[in-house]
Parts: sequence; C-alpha cells; structure tokens
Amino acid sequence: MKKIWLIAGSSLVIALAMAALLVVHPTLARGEETKGSGAEVKVDNFTFGPDTLTVPVNSTVTWVNKDDIPHVIASNDGLFKSKALDTDQKYSYTFTKAGTYPYYCSIHPKMVGKIVVQ
Amino acid sequence: MAKTRLFDPNPNGFIEHDHNHDGINRLGFLKCMAWAGTGALCLVEGGVLKSFALGRQMASGAKSHKVGGFTFVQISDSHMGFNKPANPDVIGTLKAAVDKVNALPHQPEFILHTGDISHLSNPEEFDTVDQILKATNKEIFFVPGEHDVLNDDGKMFRERYGKNSKGLGWYSFDKNGLHFIGLVNVMNLKAGGLGPLGNEQLVRLEDDVRHLKSSTPIVVFVHIPLWTIYPEWGWGTEDSAQALSYLKRFGSVTVLNGHIHQTMQKVKGNVTFHTAFSTAFVQPAPGKADGPGPMKVPAGQLRSLLGITDVKYIQGRHALALVDSSLA
Repeated sequence: MKKIWLIAGSSLVIALAMAALLVVHPTLARGEETKGSGAEVKVDNFTFGPDTLTVPVNSTVTWVNKDDIPHVIASNDGLFKSKALDTDQKYSYTFTKAGTYPYYCSIHPKMVGKIVVQ
Repeated sequence: MAKTRLFDPNPNGFIEHDHNHDGINRLGFLKCMAWAGTGALCLVEGGVLKSFALGRQMASGAKSHKVGGFTFVQISDSHMGFNKPANPDVIGTLKAAVDKVNALPHQPEFILHTGDISHLSNPEEFDTVDQILKATNKEIFFVPGEHDVLNDDGKMFRERYGKNSKGLGWYSFDKNGLHFIGLVNVMNLKAGGLGPLGNEQLVRLEDDVRHLKSSTPIVVFVHIPLWTIYPEWGWGTEDSAQALSYLKRFGSVTVLNGHIHQTMQKVKGNVTFHTAFSTAFVQPAPGKADGPGPMKVPAGQLRSLLGITDVKYIQGRHALALVDSSLA
C-alpha cells in the first residue's frame, strides 16, 4: 500500500479515489473492521491477510489468491469450502449469522484465518 | 541456489565415508544433497550408509558393488499445468527428465511417481503427463500429491492410477524380493495440522507387513515427507511415527517422497528417508524464505535444480543406492 499512497499523493483526485476505495474495501487496511457489505481477504505468500477479519452480519467476504500455487478456502466445521483457486481466482461467501468462523487452506493446513461476524 | 553440503566430492572421483566409524550414521542424521553437474550416491548396507561422489571413476567403483539386483527410478512433482515464472515450461523439463531416464546406463525396471503429477487436478494435465511418460516405455506406479486430489477427494486420481488401491489410494506390491508400499498423506488435512495417513491406512499398513520376513527390504513411497522437515510449512506427516513403528523390525527401510522440491536425506536407525527433486520448479530450503512458494532461479540454473532419483537394489546386500541426477 505504501507504494500506491506515494503515487496517489501526487494527485488529489487519485488520493480521494483511493480513500473512497479504502471505505469500500476496508480490509486493505489490515485488522480494521469493515463498514460496507463486501470485504476481501488476500491470500498471499501462504498467509491470509488479514488473518482475522471482522464484518457485519450479511457481509460477503471474498478471498483472492495472489500466490503462484492454488489454495482451497475451507471452514473448519465444513460450513463452506471453495474449489481450488488458481492465481488471481476468487471465492466469496456471505455470512448471515453472527459468530466466529475459523477457516484454513485445506491443502496447506498451516494456513489459518478467522472471520468474525458481528 | 546455494546448498549446504555435508560432504564434498573428492576431486579424485572416489570417496567413501564409512559412517559406521565416525558415528554420524548412529547419530541418525545425514543430509545427502546433489548439486549442479554432479551427484551423490548413498549406499545403504544393513543400516550403514556410505556416501560417494559421482564421477567417472566413481561409476566404475559403484559397479564393483553390483551383484545382480535391479534399478528403478523415482520422479516427482511434475506440476503439469504450472506456467508461472519459476518455470514457464514444465512440459520441457518433464521431457528432459524422461530423456534422463532413457539415457541411464542401467535401465530401470519401473518408475515411481511420488505425486503432484498435475498442478490443478485437471484431466488434461494428467493426460499430458501420461503422454510424456509413455516415452520411457516403463511401468509406472503413482501416489497422489495434494495437487492431484484438489476437487474430488482423489476420485479421478484413483480411477486413473489407483484401480487396485484400497481406501484413499493405498496399495503395496512385491518386485524382485522387495516390498513396495504406496501411501497417501494428502487428504483429510485438518486446520493447523500436517499430512495425515489416518487410522484406516495405518491398520492396513500394519496388516500388510505382518507376514513379511524381517530381511525383506521395504520401500515406502509417499508424497509428503514421513520425517518432519519443517512443520511451519507443513513439511511432515502427523502420524508417521505410528507408521514407522510397524517397520522397525525390518533390516532395510527406504522412504521416498517428494513435495518439497529439493533433495534431502536422513538416516535414522534402519530407515533412510529421501526426498526427490521436482521436475517442475524449485522451492526454498526450509525456513530460508517467507513462505514455501515456487522460487524463481536464474534461467541457466533451473535444470541443475530439477531432476530424478535413480535407485539401485544390490542383491544379497539388502542395499539400496540412491543417486540424484539433475536435468542439467
């Protein structure tokens, strides 16, 4: 993000656009709570970013795989499971009930994360 | 990529470390790595490991050990379908591996493939590998990697490669007096865990070896290492200790795996653990990068870090000699 902000700093319009983007995609700022209905988890270098994401009820969370290796998003209790996501592929799930949803990559089980729905 | 070597090739072409004398083998730890343009041969005799550097003179030295016996080859991690910068041409490198096999002076009787045949479990990827491997004209035994069972719990894999397998894909067979066991540790992975063999497979394994004489050399082939190399990256098997306990009474046990895309060897008691090269791309040494993902190496170096493993069984000695050969 640092790089993007440096570029954005050169233009007020772009900077404002980036600020707006951060509201729509609050997960870009790691660890922040979301304010919109959509949120993203970046799968990068065998980690989930952020590893804990807090969203309101009825939020759709989208995972996007930025690795050169496929990953599979799977909740620990079997509630949701993606197909194998190749590079840049996405998977979304909508959380309609409050609770904590631990998940992992079912082919790289050391990769773990959590969605907190409030 | 710089690799640690625990022994150096003798410029005269022939060295023999008898670890029975220096205690290294009894300490139970030895790494045996191949590197560009040469290779290491590890000869296991009754649990005693002797290592040689490969060279022209070495070749004749090795031959003097040969009393009948036979050879087979292990290939691993073809990742057909992978097309990223770490290797945009996995077809080319798999073909180079086949050329390497076909050029071996002692032709192997068969081939073991230790998984990650495909990158995304697509039928076309399996088809391509099958087509390329046909050029070896050899019987091939497969175990799945996690990339081969991505979307159907291994159903397609078993239909293609495991018709006679049981459960998740477990099977065993006898060849020339050796007992081969193909295991599956890439399914039913639990959050935070390592590759599991699972109870059903363990029961089958115990039952399978019960009738065998302790003098029967055992070869286990499996995708994820059965020794814990780096648990932070999932490089180990959760219940491997249980599996190995069933093999304790055997004089010679060789465990061949892939998954980590680099060669490494460890000897512990009667068991030699060996991980093979990939034919597709390189992964970092344990803990030497932020993550275990594919590593881009200078184009000129790639083929020196990919390769095959040639395994020689020497009759009457219960010895398996493991030779890693790069594609360079």
